[in-house]
Amino acid sequence: MVDIKILIALVPILPLVGFLLVSLNNKRFVHGVTSIIACGSVFASFGISVSLFIQLLIAPEGTEFNVTLFNWISAGGFSASFSFLIDPLSSLMLLIITGVGFLIHVYSIGYMHGDEGYNRFFAYLNLFVFFMLVLVMGSNYLLMFIGWEGVGLCSYLLIGFWFKNQDYNDAANKAFIMNRVGDLGLVLGVILIFVHFGSVNYSDVFANASSIDSQTLTLITVLLFIGAMGKSAQIPLYTWLPDAMAGPTPVSALIHAATMVTAGIYMVARNNVLYTLSPVALELVLYTGLITAVFAATIAVAQNDIKKVLAYSTVSQLGLMFVALGLGAYASGIFHMATHAFFKALLFLCAGSVIHALQNEQDIRNMGGLRKYLPITFFTFLVGVLAISGIPPFAGFFSKDEILANAFSHSYLVWGVAAFASLLTSFYMFRLFFLTFYGTERAGEKAMSHIHESPASITIPLSILAVLSFAGGFMGVPEALGGSHGLSEFLAPVFATSLSLVQHHHLDHATEYMLMGTIVGLTIVMIMIAYVVYVGKKTVPVAESQRLGAVHNTVYNKYFVDEVYNAIVVKPLYWLSETFDAVVERLGIDRLVNGVGGSVVWGGKTFRLLQNGGIGFYIFAMVIGVIVLLTLTVLI
Amino acid sequence: MIPIDYYLWLSVTLFTIGVLGVLFRRNAIIIFMCIELMLNAVNLIMVAFSNYLNDAAGQVFVFFIMAVAAAEVAVGLAILIMMYRNTQTTDINVLNRLKW
Repeated sequence: MVDIKILIALVPILPLVGFLLVSLNNKRFVHGVTSIIACGSVFASFGISVSLFIQLLIAPEGTEFNVTLFNWISAGGFSASFSFLIDPLSSLMLLIITGVGFLIHVYSIGYMHGDEGYNRFFAYLNLFVFFMLVLVMGSNYLLMFIGWEGVGLCSYLLIGFWFKNQDYNDAANKAFIMNRVGDLGLVLGVILIFVHFGSVNYSDVFANASSIDSQTLTLITVLLFIGAMGKSAQIPLYTWLPDAMAGPTPVSALIHAATMVTAGIYMVARNNVLYTLSPVALELVLYTGLITAVFAATIAVAQNDIKKVLAYSTVSQLGLMFVALGLGAYASGIFHMATHAFFKALLFLCAGSVIHALQNEQDIRNMGGLRKYLPITFFTFLVGVLAISGIPPFAGFFSKDEILANAFSHSYLVWGVAAFASLLTSFYMFRLFFLTFYGTERAGEKAMSHIHESPASITIPLSILAVLSFAGGFMGVPEALGGSHGLSEFLAPVFATSLSLVQHHHLDHATEYMLMGTIVGLTIVMIMIAYVVYVGKKTVPVAESQRLGAVHNTVYNKYFVDEVYNAIVVKPLYWLSETFDAVVERLGIDRLVNGVGGSVVWGGKTFRLLQNGGIGFYIFAMVIGVIVLLTLTVLI
Repeated sequence: MIPIDYYLWLSVTLFTIGVLGVLFRRNAIIIFMCIELMLNAVNLIMVAFSNYLNDAAGQVFVFFIMAVAAAEVAVGLAILIMMYRNTQTTDINVLNRLKW
């Protein structure tokens, strides 16, 4: 039996080693070697994660492994150790990160085939996995912060992976800078935690949470949530995520759908004790999530870029998870995060497969009728779409149903809005699906002549993810359907304190059946509408040049949020920096520095004239100097 | 017994003559001699105080100063000779090239 400490340490270290090997041999490794190292290291991590998961499962409830690798910082009253915490929550995250991460690594072998940055790509991916693991495994806020910033860095590097395209670089900058705004909140939150708790360890903080007054807690939790807003793309910091689709598609699937963007969810769930003690912050989480869910869903309806639709869908689904967290239903939020990781990764990878097959075509107006050319992609995409729409028994049904049931017991308004967002989701997902795979073939001659189903390294991960998207929901079947909420049970120790603080009213089974029936029925109606519009009438979104109606135009342009941000933040900032450049820099600092230099030169030129060469004068000056010194000595 | 004041006045007079000589005479040899005058004024005061305070240390210093002065004279006269060879004069106003 290997020491558990070593096992746990190996989980993040393996991808780090993979990163070091690949990046240091960037020019030397042939692509095959890189693939084996990169995929192998993540797969090994996955294996260890599974074994840790099983050990947790068979251990008595409430068990957690807390291992300290070394004492990292120790200064005065402050100390932080490099230690990892494996409890049900982080163990589940480990499974998702390494499992989905491994599949996406394999997928990338086919997708990035022939790209000149192949080795660099895999190095970044491994680095990302490492940081993400540190984020979820860290047992204190400092380690989480390292991971948090690290994944942000990898996100930046991978969005701008094709750095010869300036638009992609701009998108990368946007993502990075917007995340900085959120991170500021996170840093301030962590500092406040240290100030008030005197420690940054989760265990110390959670144990003493109830002894801190609620105003301070609200401030801390709101600040932390601002960090989550940035990372998990919530209003008002969501605009970076759709732009982040500039990166290669596996990156969109791994970082911008399945793992990194859920860091905010993880963080809030991890701090559930703090949030539960601060109802104001919880309300903020709830309504931010709710507004984001609807807002992003409406935008997604009018987008024509296959990846943009999925990106807005991700924003919307993340909003739904925050709704769950805001309702205090942390386990439901995590459940939806897990199923979302499966089906959204699947959808992105399918989209990548379509893009790959059509030689980098991303506009759904130029797709259509791909069903018979890409049968596997078609079928797996269908599974993904059904899962995200919440058709039973696919994964999305159970997780979304749980959130909606919680919303219903909170208030009808929240339930109504969340249900509306979820119906919109099924509409735009089927719109995307029908426009891509049904109808007339609108792709150009050139693309159609090369069209082919993707290689096995792409289709196998698709199939596995499709199975997960189908079956993933069974880990949390509600009691009303004869299940036992397996996942909630498993996660219960993490949320135990929160659950004991607030009482949860349970809906009776009749209400739950009614809710499920309503949602599924309406979803099917939405799908029918999408079918009639996009298959029956063969409607195709109008071309760029044609004028759109006012509402359609507004939605198509994403409510002009980017333009508004440009006008109220970016432009004033540019103006401010230009003004500072012209006034403070040129008139102030430049003049001061040049003035000092100039006066020294002038002084030198003037005073050297004293050195006139006459020895008599020198001696005279010396005697005067001696007299002055002596006089001073006598006087003082 | 001659009072100490007399020695002091004599030394100050000698020293002042030396300083003024250095300041106002242009001939290098005379300047040189004026410097010697200042040194010896100091020597005189040393000896006077040594006797006055019954402390031999002052006289020991005088020997040191004499030895250093002798060495200085050797070097200084050599410089003067070199100067005369190069400029055919001992007027220090000719030596005005040590400037900016």
